[in-house]
Amino acid sequence: MKHSDPKKLLMARAASQDHFRTPRIASPFQPRIEALMQTEEWYDWAGYKAPLSLWDEELEYFAIRSQAALFDISPMVKYRIEGPDAEAFLNRVTLRDVRKLKPGRVHYTAWCNDEGHVLDDGTLFRLTSDRFRLCSQERHLPWLLDSGIGFDVNIIEETKSIAALALQGPASFAVLRDAGFNGVDALKIFDLAEFEHDGENVTISRTGFTGDLGYELFVDQKLALSLWDRLWQVGEQRGLRAIGYAALNRARLEAGLIVANSDFITAEHAIRADRVRMPDEIGLGFMIDMEKPHFNGRRAIQQARANGGLRHVLVGLEIEGNIPAEHAIVYHQGKREIGLVSAAIWSPMAKRNIALASLERPYGDTITGDLWVEIYAMRELRYQKLMKRAKVVPRPFIKLDRRTANPPADF
Amino acid sequence: MTSFDAIVIGGGHNGLVAAATLGKTGRKVLVLEADGETGGAARTEEFTPGFRTSSVAHLINRLHPEVIKSLELQKHGLKLDTSPLMPTTVLSAKGAPLTLIGAYGEGLLGASKPEQEAWSGLRSQLFRYAGILKPLLARRPPDLSGMSFAETSAMAMTGISLRRLGKEDMRDFLRMLLMNVADVLDEHIEDDRLKGLLAFDATLGSHLGPRSPTSLLGLYYRLAGEIGGKPGAQVHPVGGTGAVVRAIELAAEQAGVAIRSNVPVARIIIENGRAVGAVLESGEEIRAKTVVSAISPRTTFLNLVGTREIDTGFVRRINNIRVNGDAAKLHLALDRTPQFSGLRTPELNGRLVIAPSVNHVERAFNPSKYGEFSPKPVMEITLPSLLDPSLAPEGACSLSAVVQYAPYALKEGWTTGKPKFLKAILAQLEAHAPGIGKSILHAELLTPLDIEQRYRMPGGHWHHGELQADQMLMSRPVFGAEGYDTPVDGLYLASSGSHPGGGVSGVPGLNAARRIIARKG
Repeated sequence: MKHSDPKKLLMARAASQDHFRTPRIASPFQPRIEALMQTEEWYDWAGYKAPLSLWDEELEYFAIRSQAALFDISPMVKYRIEGPDAEAFLNRVTLRDVRKLKPGRVHYTAWCNDEGHVLDDGTLFRLTSDRFRLCSQERHLPWLLDSGIGFDVNIIEETKSIAALALQGPASFAVLRDAGFNGVDALKIFDLAEFEHDGENVTISRTGFTGDLGYELFVDQKLALSLWDRLWQVGEQRGLRAIGYAALNRARLEAGLIVANSDFITAEHAIRADRVRMPDEIGLGFMIDMEKPHFNGRRAIQQARANGGLRHVLVGLEIEGNIPAEHAIVYHQGKREIGLVSAAIWSPMAKRNIALASLERPYGDTITGDLWVEIYAMRELRYQKLMKRAKVVPRPFIKLDRRTANPPADF
Repeated sequence: MTSFDAIVIGGGHNGLVAAATLGKTGRKVLVLEADGETGGAARTEEFTPGFRTSSVAHLINRLHPEVIKSLELQKHGLKLDTSPLMPTTVLSAKGAPLTLIGAYGEGLLGASKPEQEAWSGLRSQLFRYAGILKPLLARRPPDLSGMSFAETSAMAMTGISLRRLGKEDMRDFLRMLLMNVADVLDEHIEDDRLKGLLAFDATLGSHLGPRSPTSLLGLYYRLAGEIGGKPGAQVHPVGGTGAVVRAIELAAEQAGVAIRSNVPVARIIIENGRAVGAVLESGEEIRAKTVVSAISPRTTFLNLVGTREIDTGFVRRINNIRVNGDAAKLHLALDRTPQFSGLRTPELNGRLVIAPSVNHVERAFNPSKYGEFSPKPVMEITLPSLLDPSLAPEGACSLSAVVQYAPYALKEGWTTGKPKFLKAILAQLEAHAPGIGKSILHAELLTPLDIEQRYRMPGGHWHHGELQADQMLMSRPVFGAEGYDTPVDGLYLASSGSHPGGGVSGVPGLNAARRIIARKG
């Protein structure tokens, strides 16, 4: 038997599997972001090379709150779900009642496995009566496809083919208007509409992850750069800045929003049996609609609610002092360990030291007094251990009228 | 609108056992059968004028004593003649045949003295080990999330019987549990014919060859059955398998059960997560407190309940049940009794097996892995009309055979494949019974595809899903529905797709009914 040349075989194999040469994928906006990148602070977002910060985390944050900020959300996982049964399908998969979501509207939702454990949270865009876009942190194609058994529905992964931008901040509406998106002023919070760009469509929704006035734009990836340029040209006068995740993370925490696999562990990622969470345990209980038709996890959730199976609770904390309590342990009466802080910052807007924490019930639920966090502040190679008083406070930590004001304010 | 305490979907033997058991408690029960008559894959049908045969299941070797007793089947006409027990003969095209007499080879005719002794040793070992599994294969499978006291003590009894084996036997039991049958046979016996038979019996009705891991389990499953108190015994019931079902049906009717035929169910009505009835294809709606599905678990959930009422993970498991059958059924109408070389009447009245060696069975299995039928199939044959002359015209003879391997998803398709496979089967028969080909008046071959269509069994699998280690006990049909109750309140499973599995045993039906009674459903 004649064997092939092993060198040739090796080369052929390398050519067919060259993904390792680009361990991080470039977003369609990469040329623009690279051009603006000064600090070279990158991070990995779902396999994409994404900016953590481009020039100054602090100033990027203030661009969100006092100017306009452009954040590339292309790496966000996106599915197009369409067909006559799309509504029924999504109603079975997700917690909220999709029948109540009208075409041209967006809602924040989550979905669970059979055990009622949260697989992910995300936003559901109803583009038309039978066409949706589901955006999420993690990938779910096998789950969605298997959920589609018995439904007349088509599920298409469009993470790569659709480029997306978040335009956030008080001047975001002005930027869109100046860029010629006529009619954007009619969008109320959680509305979406199609606008024309380069002879094709761009979907603009009044949504975001900052608790501020803001929009999200979705466009075919081949139009990504021209869309960026269209915004950038008019944005200069409005103080438009490109920002990275670090700044966004501050803004979302002020808005009290949670991040999957940061503030809770998604069911498919959890290795340890006690790390999974039900919606009620991460503050998403409000989404559960027991009146709507059957949805994944319904029986398990109903059972847990009836039998005291909900062991955790996610709370907002206000902590004395000004040292961020990131990943600090939470105590009751300074002794009993009852949970952990998952995210914390000193909030420039709230002028408070804020945090999100996951606590073991009844702490944070019926017992909310006498809570403490133990912060380890590194001071010149020595930890300074700070025991700080914490109190449970409602989320969001800040509420900005401009987020929902109609018509959107022109700054 | 009529209302019942329970409706049973599917009038196969398990559905009827469940219905009768529920009916005996005073419940108002209705059985809905899609076909014109009850019995499912266990009935006696005319396949050509004057010739009747047991359609799919043609031997009775595991009808559970508790089913016979609790439903008083003998009072309702059940006749299982155990004297003499049906022998099994391994045919040999060249040499002499080998015959197992009594209950699965209490005696061995045609083998050497040392081989007889070796077999006697192996036989008692196999029965000892099958006996350990026997209670597990009769009760509700162990509940991992919390067992009642009764269930825990039943499990403990299994542990105790295991301990009673003694240290060495216990070790060997555990060592052998997941072995392949071929290796076990090589350890004990030498006669190719005997090995071929055991290899055939271990793999009958499953997509396994004798050298596939865990194939020994199939043999244990068979040996865990008993007839007339004799483990391993087999009988051909008078009137065919349909007569057994008739007795169960009579017991059900006696218990006040209403049975309707020609009423295919379109869907199960679910309200607030609870099964509350069924809608017939005619549109008629029937309400009940409890719905028992004694049909394929797959059809039950994917078609009748519908995926909208159940969770994705559960649907995924149901959708992944391996249900593709690998066995075909042959019915021949013969103008005379066939002459099998070297056989006389007692043997012809028994079960005849063409499986001359382990290698032969393994080679027959090989093509099925790649979507092809066996060119030299293995089979078990009975001549029912010799035992029950009413099944064929005088002087004529009927032949019923289970033939392997015939993969459901035949690569070339059964339209063109079926005549070719029939030819291969008849060639095998001709080699062992010269002249049989000329005496054929009519031949009916049921491929798994035919069985699927005719008996509404997805994949045409008579166990309603492969009976292998990963689809047994608490994994049968899938985790989440293993204890006959299901994620849908008020809906229970009762077919052979549930634990312990197929064969005419009545155990799934009996256990399902008992579960319903225990839960006051």
